[in-house]
Amino acid sequence: MELNGFERLSELEWHLPATDAMRVPVIIYADEALMRDMNDKVREQAVNVAKLPGIVQASYAMPDAHWDYGFPIGGVAAFDPEEGGVISAGGVGFDISCGVRCLHTGLKTQDISRVKEQLADTLFQRIPAGVGSTGAICLDSREMDEMLAGGASWAVQNGFGETADLERIEEGGKMTGADPAQVSQQAKKRQRDEMGTLGSGNHYLEVQRVVEIYDQRIAMGYGLTQDDVVISIHCGSRGLGHQIGTEFLREMAIAAASLNILLPDRELACAPIGSPIARRYLGAMRAAINCALANRQILTHLVRQIFSQLIPQARLPLLYDVSHNTCKVEQHEINGRKRKLHVHRKGATRAFGPGHPDLPPALRATGQPVLIGGSMGTASYILAGTERGMQLAFGSACHGAGRAMSRHQATRLWHGRDIINQLARRDILIRSPSCRGVAEEAPGAYKDVSAVIEVADRAGLAHKVAKLVPLICIKG
Amino acid sequence: MSNNNKHIASHWEHFAHEADMGIRGFGPTCAKAFEQAALALSSIVSSLASIRPEHKITIACAAPNIELLLVDWLNAIIFEMSTRHMLFSRYEVQIDNEKLTGAAWGETVKMGRHSPAVEPKGATYTSLSVHQKNAGWVAQCVVDV
Repeated sequence: MELNGFERLSELEWHLPATDAMRVPVIIYADEALMRDMNDKVREQAVNVAKLPGIVQASYAMPDAHWDYGFPIGGVAAFDPEEGGVISAGGVGFDISCGVRCLHTGLKTQDISRVKEQLADTLFQRIPAGVGSTGAICLDSREMDEMLAGGASWAVQNGFGETADLERIEEGGKMTGADPAQVSQQAKKRQRDEMGTLGSGNHYLEVQRVVEIYDQRIAMGYGLTQDDVVISIHCGSRGLGHQIGTEFLREMAIAAASLNILLPDRELACAPIGSPIARRYLGAMRAAINCALANRQILTHLVRQIFSQLIPQARLPLLYDVSHNTCKVEQHEINGRKRKLHVHRKGATRAFGPGHPDLPPALRATGQPVLIGGSMGTASYILAGTERGMQLAFGSACHGAGRAMSRHQATRLWHGRDIINQLARRDILIRSPSCRGVAEEAPGAYKDVSAVIEVADRAGLAHKVAKLVPLICIKG
Repeated sequence: MSNNNKHIASHWEHFAHEADMGIRGFGPTCAKAFEQAALALSSIVSSLASIRPEHKITIACAAPNIELLLVDWLNAIIFEMSTRHMLFSRYEVQIDNEKLTGAAWGETVKMGRHSPAVEPKGATYTSLSVHQKNAGWVAQCVVDV
């Protein structure tokens, strides 16, 4: 990315002042290398977001930012309804409430070494993953609406998991304000037999090992110690969220002219908060958040069943579940005044600091766990929300490494089978229905996740707690 | 006759996008370019040669302009792929005044034979364009995967 025009406010904070139609500046958190590696489109898209009505403070981009449609991935933007703020379907993305959940196992690496191959095969066999896969349950119309209103709470009531899980999920496992009536029949049809499925692309289920602890106090608070085996699940609201995104993006793009919104890019399709279309989108989007929470809860149940059969001494309580594609109403203090804002995070993780009232009591002293996924061969990280982060970008951090190259380019550089063999030599077992899918997701196709995490930590967006490396990866 | 007046042969290609996939269809008519764009969409998921065109389904959509019609057509295919668990390898399209009637031929996903690489979530408005070029038509956009 061209850096001309940016003011470097500190080593890791780049500021593009508001000019022309921009209502606020652009602020990107990155070091110089990450900045230069970003595509110019990130700048263009962050500038376009800065032009939207009612945006507050700045259009932010996280260190893993890369260009997408409308908003960049790694984009954070908050809008104030009292200042004509908007809701944007493109600011949330197609995979509504895509997120990461992390489970403890109570095991150390040596506890699974004897059954590792069997565990990988069983997880691959029993966790529905990839195109065309279906879940074990099929919801009728009434059950679908109950799931969309109840989220993970609905899943627990129906035997998938434990009540104790819910306090370790954002929103207590149930997003309020969900309105299943605003979810189209097409979206519900897409989801009917997709509950408890992983999906494909960058979604995965990993068995991981804690290889490094950076903050003993917080790690202890999260129940993490060196060499622990944990499980991370990365997926979202599946077909239902995709269909809601598709439908509302279209509707908002067509309605923009009649709502007097000049869109610098069609993908920024949005509607004033409080308008009928924005209210309907919020109701549907919140239902999709519940769908994602229920989906990850059902997957958790499947994983627990598999572990109980293969390693009966394992116990799999939930560490945390956090989404990175959402729009949420949050209270933030701006220039000494508390304001209720609609915070869009697209490929950005909420990272509430210590003491935040939305955190469960067990996590209030440490700050919220921020779960950052890696790629198959690289590390994942657990960070903690910080007080400083609350002042930087509305309590937000990065969500992953971010892609460094296109899927097209990746398949020219790597063969899936070679990647699987190379990783097997490093004791990382990959199971996937598609070799091409593995090549597209090759670790080398992503930025260096460690560099992204260093920046997030040093900039104060979130605080490094632990580093995880994969032992087994199930790719969709 | 100069090259510029020759109708371009129907074909498709992918183009690079950082996180997702760009698809582009070329054809002597707008409808043919839409058919080719759909083939480019199918080939994101699996090799076209591996998909048997055994079952036919019909699709109809309408939009305020030709570019939104392309997005609607591709999203209708994604919907059918998702709900029928099918992949398609042959398409036919007729377009009349921003109204499209089409057909897709394919089969149910077979994990072993198709090895599906990735699931399209939705067609987007990024790099969306339907235009005439060299006596032919080009229809393209980025698909979120």
